[in-house]
Amino acid sequence: MTFDVPTLRKEFPTLSRELDGQRLVYLDSAASSQTPRVVLDAMDRYYSWSRSNVHRGVYQLAEEATDLYEGARAKLAAFVDADPRGVVFTKNATEACNLVAYSWVRRHLGEGDALLTTMMEHHANHVPFTFAARDLGFEVRNVPLTEDGQLDLDAARELVADGRVRFLAVGHVSNVLGTINDVGELSRIVRDAHPEAKVHVDGTQAVPHMPVSFRELGADFYAITGHKMLGPTGIGALIARPELLDEMEPFLTGGDMIRDVTLDGATWNDVPHKFEAGTPMIAEAAGLGAAVDLLTELDMHAVRAHEVSLTTRMLEALSSVDDVTIHGPLDPTLRGCAVSFAVDGVHPHDVGAMLGSKGVCVRVGHHCTKPLMRCLGLNATARASTYVYNDVDDLAPLVDGIEAARRFFAR
Amino acid sequence: MSMEDLYQEIILDHYRKPHNRAPSLEDEDVHVHHSNPLCGDEMDLRLRVVDDRVDAVVFDGEGCSISQASASAMSDVVTGRDLKDALDLAEDFRKMMHGDEPARADDLGDGIAFQGVAKFPVRVKCALLGWMAVRDAIESYEQGASAHTVTHEE
Repeated sequence: MTFDVPTLRKEFPTLSRELDGQRLVYLDSAASSQTPRVVLDAMDRYYSWSRSNVHRGVYQLAEEATDLYEGARAKLAAFVDADPRGVVFTKNATEACNLVAYSWVRRHLGEGDALLTTMMEHHANHVPFTFAARDLGFEVRNVPLTEDGQLDLDAARELVADGRVRFLAVGHVSNVLGTINDVGELSRIVRDAHPEAKVHVDGTQAVPHMPVSFRELGADFYAITGHKMLGPTGIGALIARPELLDEMEPFLTGGDMIRDVTLDGATWNDVPHKFEAGTPMIAEAAGLGAAVDLLTELDMHAVRAHEVSLTTRMLEALSSVDDVTIHGPLDPTLRGCAVSFAVDGVHPHDVGAMLGSKGVCVRVGHHCTKPLMRCLGLNATARASTYVYNDVDDLAPLVDGIEAARRFFAR
Repeated sequence: MSMEDLYQEIILDHYRKPHNRAPSLEDEDVHVHHSNPLCGDEMDLRLRVVDDRVDAVVFDGEGCSISQASASAMSDVVTGRDLKDALDLAEDFRKMMHGDEPARADDLGDGIAFQGVAKFPVRVKCALLGWMAVRDAIESYEQGASAHTVTHEE
């Protein structure tokens, strides 16, 4: 089963734009994906038809709004094979990681404990934990990388050997190297050394691109963002085991997350509402629900197959250009579809500017992964990333733009 | 956006054959390190002062063509000027990067070629890097310091 990219592309209004008479070639979906009409329509329908607050009105509009919001939760839960009671809506994956850092890590780790993370984490899955470590005095250990940009699991075994690692924070797919991490094996390594250790996975770059089962993965926490999976900005989720959420104290407090309030205290609402203080992002939830519907219809196995095929072609195309070095695994089955590369003698910023002048959108910079950049001995990379609406016809403009940059900036 | 608006020939000349690019400076008085974390540009700038004048300035580091070329043009402009005058030109360049007409266009030398960069907000920091580094080096010298590190945030 596969899908027809030219037909699908018509569903994304932005992709019909031209820039200076050139077709827009969008190769930056790892930063943020384009938005299909069904998502725009779902958000518009909420604002123009069911506009009201959730969880409290007893009139029809409020029930419709609640159905949209809770319906999106059920859809997302089914999409990642999780219990809806364990789906907490957040602003984005960064907030989901912070929720875990504040409501679990900061309440359980202290001096003498250690937290394990990796050299390839996005700042969102790194800073909340090093910040907590600074306040609480626990140790942060980092799994190093192998030559081909994979986690060094032998080194991980040594890092947990003293049994002090009580928490693992790891990205499912690297936003720079594209590496798909063996989260299951790393979790086993951590739990073999400390059976009570908790596992938190940043799924930002995984959930949009491949089938993910939270149950099969066996993690305790899993962070998701909506805007990289065809959804709107402003909504993400923390997926967690509901019984773990039950034991945890809230992160943010206020309205909607309480059961009762007295003058000197409060009791908490049931999960997941305990972690959703205040009026939530209702339109965004409706939009995310529509995005999940579309991805489900496309079939995530077909999405992954499309991207493996396209990534194969992109790796071939980039390898064919002189002076281009690709960072991360070269085997497309071991990686996602974000491909970072360097053009020898041309700074990534200049590569990006040349590509931008030809209507080709790529990301340049450190990609919010400064520790990884230092580990690779780089200041920045250029990164091209694809999604369901990209096809081989997007690769020629990429290669042409890189060739043009090489000529233009030749010394 | 046109590549030619941004990358004028003078800029490319400085990029391809930078002036005063060196990893060290004999008898340096101040060494500053400046970085733009957002784009990953890093710059070391060394200053030697004689009789309150910029006797020599060299830079080194990693960065895009705009940051390297701008530092090269800056080094030509400030060398030989007295410190106060160099600071004044750095301020004039900074204002130009924020859209103002330069008050001392003739004195900015090749620096004037970067006026178009003001239309590309994400590249303004690149063009400013060398100028902000030399300003910091002069101010550090005036305060009696010999080294300073600055990270430019958004």
